[in-house]
Amino acid sequence: MKYLFVRVVALLVLASTPSTLAFAQDFKPVLLYDIGGKFDKSFNEAAFRGAEKFATESGIDFRDFEPNSETQYEQALKRFARRKADLIVAVGVGYSVAVRNVAEQYPNVKFTVIDAIIDLPNVQSITFKENEGSFLVGMAAAMATKSGKVGFIGGMDIPLIRRFQVGYVQGAQFVRDDLDFIENYVGTTPSAWNDPIKASEMAKSQYARGVDVIFSAAGPSGLGVINAAKDSGALAIGVDSNQNHVQPGFVLTSMLKRVDLAVSQAMQQANAGTWKSGHQVLGLPEGGVDYAMDEHNATLITAEMRERLEDARAKIIAGEITVDDVDGGNSGH
Amino acid sequence: MSAVPAKLPTVLESLLMPFLNILVALFVSGLVVWGLGEDPFFALGLLIEGAFGYEEAIGYTFYYATNFIFTGLAVSVAFHAGHFNIGGEGQAMLGGLGLTLAVFWLGDTAPLLSVFVAVAGAALFGAGWAFVPAWLQARRGSHIVITTIMFNFIASALLAYLLVGPLQRPGGQMPESSDFPDGAGLMQFHEVLAYFGVSFEQSPLNLSFLIALLAALAVWFLLSRTRFGYEMRVAGKNASAAAFAGVSVPRVTIIALMMSGALAGMMGLNELLGEQLRLIGNFTLGYGFVGIAVAFMGRNHPLGIVLAAILFGVLYQGGAELAFEMPTVTRDLIVVIQGLVILFAGAMPHLLRRPVAALYGRFAGRGAA
Repeated sequence: MKYLFVRVVALLVLASTPSTLAFAQDFKPVLLYDIGGKFDKSFNEAAFRGAEKFATESGIDFRDFEPNSETQYEQALKRFARRKADLIVAVGVGYSVAVRNVAEQYPNVKFTVIDAIIDLPNVQSITFKENEGSFLVGMAAAMATKSGKVGFIGGMDIPLIRRFQVGYVQGAQFVRDDLDFIENYVGTTPSAWNDPIKASEMAKSQYARGVDVIFSAAGPSGLGVINAAKDSGALAIGVDSNQNHVQPGFVLTSMLKRVDLAVSQAMQQANAGTWKSGHQVLGLPEGGVDYAMDEHNATLITAEMRERLEDARAKIIAGEITVDDVDGGNSGH
Repeated sequence: MSAVPAKLPTVLESLLMPFLNILVALFVSGLVVWGLGEDPFFALGLLIEGAFGYEEAIGYTFYYATNFIFTGLAVSVAFHAGHFNIGGEGQAMLGGLGLTLAVFWLGDTAPLLSVFVAVAGAALFGAGWAFVPAWLQARRGSHIVITTIMFNFIASALLAYLLVGPLQRPGGQMPESSDFPDGAGLMQFHEVLAYFGVSFEQSPLNLSFLIALLAALAVWFLLSRTRFGYEMRVAGKNASAAAFAGVSVPRVTIIALMMSGALAGMMGLNELLGEQLRLIGNFTLGYGFVGIAVAFMGRNHPLGIVLAAILFGVLYQGGAELAFEMPTVTRDLIVVIQGLVILFAGAMPHLLRRPVAALYGRFAGRGAA
């Protein structure tokens, strides 16, 4: 018994010796998710796919990390900055204060932050014109509704999500002006992104009140809306990633926010030495937002609807239609 | 000879038993890691390296431990008076609110003074939040477990309301306050050490660690050296006997729970005044609940609580490092490992008691013969 104990202790001591865990390659990109988590089928998963695309194309591996809470944002950023990561990509508006603090402290590390604008010489800020993509799915909702009632369920009630709502309503009214809108937000704190049950209850209540299409701009909570659409035999519109496959036949389309594009571009640029700090906006012309078409919704979006959507897209790009925005959509500090 | 002694020597009871329990917990965690196809010894090495391998890691370990010392002491003070304070989470939130208000009130004009007021504010608000459940328990017989849990929800809702309303950072989207004014914060250890010419890597470990140790000392003194501490313990062991001996049990209950709340409230000093320098919506992160496990693992003795808190600091910091370094070890698995440690060392402390006692009995018997 005693010898066994000694052996266990010896093993423990031995096991604790391997110490240096260096990165293998020269270029070291890091991806930090927000608290929605890596496989949320939405925002964070899009970021993950973008990093994977970069990894397969360049053969350079990336590190990623899922914080448990907002308080870990700063710790995670500092940890990778101190280990001299070359590029740290942080996705989510929640990172704005944390990135500002850490970027000031580590001026030699490059930061790319998505959805927030931070004006520092070593930070690249990438934001999206979510209102333009939402305009198009709003049109699709207006063309698909039979009851004349369309719904919107936002995640956390912040200006960034209001921007989805504004574009969506404007797009729907662009098609017909006799629509009723019902709008709900899951909550006012970051936990609103991770509450599919509450989102599902809100969706069921909206469907019960006659709504037959709901656009959910709510990250992982939106999965609750999509499942409620199936239960109620109605339609939902996905967000960020292509969510058409989640419940085929019940997802009209998805408002694509090409976080994957932004992440893989930032990593490629940093690797090639063309990375620049400053603010970039990705809208319809840049392919940063779009609506999703695939085999799952081919029967839901008719050729005629498609034609009108493409027409509106061209007009937005040409500047003939201006999509409204909200103030402070990407501010955070 | 073969009789199992009812009582083990203190050294075995308070040092060997927790150690063995932790070993069992680590063994089971190792099995889980092994099942995931990773080398458990390498994982353990990463965990220890992540917690103690370099100065910054040590700083983080003790930084987390500070939170657990406060919440562990909070649970233990209430427990000595015979009550289960599950409301550490809510009391910590209110403590954070109290210190934030103090800092915004005085921070611009007198940063140094504001820090002292903030310490008092954290304790006062925490104690105040514990007062209502304490009064309801003492005077109306409402069960403290229920009321303190409910007060956690109220605190969380109150904080969320304030942080998306009046206290929100102007132009901000997240539930967090503006930055604290310059100079209104507790010094971090690397700054203190730099003052004495010692260089230490930057880490969030700050002066609240010392405050926590002082609090532990004060709790020890209160419990074992003062009349009130004695009254508390008597009331905790047997309220009727205490009342018969002339102790005002309701008064002891209220004061003990308010002290408990004050200790929990001071957790915010470490997180907010030491590191984040702004009030964040859910900065408590369940530390209040972990305090229950810390108190039990530390056998409700201040020294034991400090040691148990450091163990949890190791698990938090080393666990985070493990999640960084091993992609297959996700954040959820870290929670599993922490849960196993709580299960074996906190909830089932007597699992290995019989075999150890039997073994000890044999050795002791042989010594006597």
